[in-house]
Amino acid sequence: MKYIVAIIQPDRMDEVLERLTASKVHLVTASSVMGRGRQGGIAQVYRSHKEAGNLLKKMKLEIAVNDDYVKAAIEAITAGARTGEVGDGKIFVLDLEQCIRIRTGETGGEAIG
Amino acid sequence: MKRFGLMTGLIGTGMALAGALPALAQEAAANVTAAVVASPAPAAAASAVNAGDTAWVLVSTALVMLMTIPGLAFFYGGLVRKKNVLSVLMQCFFLMCAISLQWVVFGYSLSFGPDVKGLIGNLDWAMLKNVGFEPNADYAGTIPHQVFMIFQMMFAVITPGLIIGAFAERMKFSAFVVFMVLWATIVYDPVCHWVWGIGGFVRKMGALDFAGGTVVHINAGIAALVAALVLGRRLGHPHKLSPPHNLPFAVMGAALLWFGWYGFNAGSALAANGLAGSAFVVTHVASAVAGLAWATMDVVFNRRMTVLGLISGAVAGLVAITPAAGFVNVGGAICIGLGAGVICYLFVTFVKEKLGYDDALDAFGVHCVGGIWGALATGLWATTTVNSAGANGLFYGNPAQFIIQLKAVAITVAYSGVVSFILLKIVDALIGLRATEQSERIGLDLTDHRETGYTVLD
Repeated sequence: MKYIVAIIQPDRMDEVLERLTASKVHLVTASSVMGRGRQGGIAQVYRSHKEAGNLLKKMKLEIAVNDDYVKAAIEAITAGARTGEVGDGKIFVLDLEQCIRIRTGETGGEAIG
Repeated sequence: MKRFGLMTGLIGTGMALAGALPALAQEAAANVTAAVVASPAPAAAASAVNAGDTAWVLVSTALVMLMTIPGLAFFYGGLVRKKNVLSVLMQCFFLMCAISLQWVVFGYSLSFGPDVKGLIGNLDWAMLKNVGFEPNADYAGTIPHQVFMIFQMMFAVITPGLIIGAFAERMKFSAFVVFMVLWATIVYDPVCHWVWGIGGFVRKMGALDFAGGTVVHINAGIAALVAALVLGRRLGHPHKLSPPHNLPFAVMGAALLWFGWYGFNAGSALAANGLAGSAFVVTHVASAVAGLAWATMDVVFNRRMTVLGLISGAVAGLVAITPAAGFVNVGGAICIGLGAGVICYLFVTFVKEKLGYDDALDAFGVHCVGGIWGALATGLWATTTVNSAGANGLFYGNPAQFIIQLKAVAITVAYSGVVSFILLKIVDALIGLRATEQSERIGLDLTDHRETGYTVLD
């Protein structure tokens, strides 16, 4: 089992979700986050006062998958999120130790599905 | 019109009352005999109540109420950080409650009650004794005295509210409560009496202040600067502070301020008449022009118009037109609005930056600077063609009026500045003004009120 964390541009969210569904990856948790990478940010100005912090809005997806689906999920996210511009985001893949479905108590690969 | 018209009538001659009464009489004549208004007998004056005037001033009272909550509350609330939004809303709402009580118990009497040496009202009207259904011809001859009283109450509430902008996000709530009750009593009430009360010495000088440039905006604005200096800067000021947490709140607040300001200025005619209409028009125009002026300055210096700039400009325009609203025509209003947008912009952008004090939400930069501009501009563009009971300004051949305005500004700045400083120092010595560093980091919502404005829970 793997745990995939993807940081993507907010406006690519719909496209990524569609492609994940097409690849039969249904389990997704998404959150709105702030972050920065090499592209930097856009300085904000309030009453002529420039704000130093320049984090940009991103979406963070968290996806648990069985090993068979790792490649498909990564391909779906990459295809959906890529614009070719700086700031498209990152995908991190982590080993997943355990997964428990709360309703039934099933564990491991059974619980992810 | 009566209130402020009278003020000018007094210039150098001491004949104000007598001079303005014919004007009162003229209006009243539509419904009742002129003799009634001139009569000092309350019983006779009672019949002078004009339904239209009373209705308009009651509506105006409600409009001015709306300026403090939710107008000012959300304007300021949107500009602070998330963790302090409730503290600002709380302070505005609390003032509505506390100063309303102060006003009926003794504040109104100190401000407008029978004069003591031109400095303060006595306590004859405490608990609204002698303030009833009958009009008080000295202040407003065609509306019940109580209606005049409650209209004025809303001004007494919003004035301390404006100061909040300077010390936001770092003043302890208990200190806020003590300071504000003291300030309302020892600063607002006397200054209000000097400028608007019968016998007040600034009024006798002939200063023009239609709706509160000196009493409200300069008075609060200079207290705001002093408060910002005494309390010191917020942790992280100037470069490590988060931006305003909810600009849409600020936009809504500014829009409500603009809306309520019709009551503030046009209501200050204290009658539903042509002067109220004129004040309404110039108020609106000045605000519009000032918004455009600030936004244009934004383009010049920052290449883009900003939302906060546009609404800040509009508020600055409203501040500046306040003393002038009953004395200038639309040409004057455009000039005053233009000046307000440009001057307040330059002040907030360059002067404040240079001086380094932390007037968190620009209470001084907008209200005092804009107020001073408005008070002086009244001495430039006032014309008796708008208000025969007013006076001409410099551009209408009366440079003396400008000097009078300058004096009124200087008196307000000096008194409010010095006494606000003393009051802050006293409160600081007694209970401490500033929230602890830990409270400031956590946010006043949680530390002072045990609540939070927003939650991640449903």
